[in-house]
Amino acid sequence: MVILEVENLTKIYVVGLLRKKEILAVNNISFRVSEKEFISLVGESGSGKTTTARMILRLLKPTSGSIRFQGRDVWSLKKMEDLKWYWRQVHGIFQDPFASYNPLYRIDRVLNQVFNLIGDIGADRESLIREALKEVGLRPDEVLGRYPHELSGGQRQRIMVARCYLLKPRLILADEPVSMIDASTRAGVLNLFSRLRDEYGTSVIFITHDLGLAYYVSDRIMIMYRGEIVEEGSPEEVMENPQHPYTRKLREDVPLLYRKWSGF
Amino acid sequence: MTLLEAEHVKAYYSIRNSYVKAVDDVSLSVDRGAILGLAGESGCGKSTLVNTLMMNIRPPLRLIDGTIVLDGIKISEMSRSKLKKDVWGILVSIVPQSALNALMPTKKIVDFVKDIFHYHTDMSRAEIVSMVRKRFEELNLSPEILHLYPHELSGGMKQRVVIAISTLLNPKLLIVDEPTSALDVSTQKQVIKLLVDLHRAKIIESMVFVTHDLAILRQIADKIAIMYAGKIVEVASTDDILYTPLHPYTRGLVNAVMTPESEVRKRGITFIAGEPPNLLNPPSGCRFHPRCPYAKPICKEVEPPIIEVRDDRIVACHLVESFM
Repeated sequence: MVILEVENLTKIYVVGLLRKKEILAVNNISFRVSEKEFISLVGESGSGKTTTARMILRLLKPTSGSIRFQGRDVWSLKKMEDLKWYWRQVHGIFQDPFASYNPLYRIDRVLNQVFNLIGDIGADRESLIREALKEVGLRPDEVLGRYPHELSGGQRQRIMVARCYLLKPRLILADEPVSMIDASTRAGVLNLFSRLRDEYGTSVIFITHDLGLAYYVSDRIMIMYRGEIVEEGSPEEVMENPQHPYTRKLREDVPLLYRKWSGF
Repeated sequence: MTLLEAEHVKAYYSIRNSYVKAVDDVSLSVDRGAILGLAGESGCGKSTLVNTLMMNIRPPLRLIDGTIVLDGIKISEMSRSKLKKDVWGILVSIVPQSALNALMPTKKIVDFVKDIFHYHTDMSRAEIVSMVRKRFEELNLSPEILHLYPHELSGGMKQRVVIAISTLLNPKLLIVDEPTSALDVSTQKQVIKLLVDLHRAKIIESMVFVTHDLAILRQIADKIAIMYAGKIVEVASTDDILYTPLHPYTRGLVNAVMTPESEVRKRGITFIAGEPPNLLNPPSGCRFHPRCPYAKPICKEVEPPIIEVRDDRIVACHLVESFM
């Protein structure tokens, strides 16, 4: 079952006050996400990945095109209850987790806020939070009661993933969610997304520049280049038989463990 | 022939009445002409170690014990002012982790460079500029960059400019600390290409490359040292580390690498459970024992000695024989 449909989505940024300049950030892209599907959106910085995610999350208004979630046009949701419904179902994790926190509040707050969306669940909130933190490999006593600046980038990213684990949304948009987590434990955090998918049917749109990560976790990879989706396929298809020149270059540039770059 | 020899180095951060043992009894050498990779998780003391290797130590970090000899000079006994004058930039340079922000935002690159030279040499400003232009050309960097402000450069370009500036005085040893972790793959490759070019052109003699990314080290390092919780746990050639890792931690790191290749896919990916320990109060015995799948009672009680299993290959693990 398709849960998200993106059609002819375009975003043009207009910069400058007097001499206006247009930047085509996302150029007429269309794709669908099915239930339980793990999709990776791969591309270099500036390719439009984050802009796409922000439009789906209703943080940035598209210039044209439509985004439908479970059949409803995301940008026509106006009433508070509809918006709450959307936020409950679709959750974003951002590249720079520091920006997701209010520096004046302890990190407990971002976790507690999840319960405002879920509503009263009757269970012991504190123990649910502790369990979620353990799931992402954190020691609850080391992070609860702390302020955002006291935590490392990796810890802040893990907390955002823990928040997802509490919320159990239908669709997760994760924008470089493990970029600050060590390679040695990255796989463990990514496994959590896969578990949410297997246990609760959550779909994931995973945004990354790391083709290696995408190769292992996704059902489907979409390669984005200069605002367009230039290639799409299963991880094997994209890695073993890339069609677009950009995909080929990307594959050549990824450092491998058992092969050296040519010329090095 | 060794360029840098560090023996039994202990560098601790003193906090109130206790110590964070970030570098605890580390011995390490860098051969002339070699590229040494230093790998480990964040918080294991990699950055502290490389700063200690060049004696870039400031309170609360203190050198508690050990000797460091660089190019025949015992730098562990030199004063900070003497290091500044005779060692840093000339014998050893570091490109720190936050190098992308090292450029002064209100100064053009060229002004920044002039200041550095002014400090170290008595060349005239015009001579400095022509020399730097020449070096930039050698490294395939456009000399026009010199007349730009830092914000006009992309992340990868800034990193390359910082590396080019750090090596202007042809230091024998260049230390780079996570130079590519904030960059996307194609830019990463350009930065590494620049480092390889510097090495091939003999502008630098040896290099220490700090990263947690073993796939990057595969591309350039001759030898890899693995660090865990303030200790070096294994040192071996790049091939030995990747194909026949001996320490369980090294094996854990190698098996967690997610590179898109068939060998890795066949082998499968596992991750190291748990988190690195707090260095204020590290575990007894082998510091890896709480996370080690092979731990035996002895691992909890006795610190493993450093065992030289072969020429040029050392491991600190009680159970090493059972892995060979």
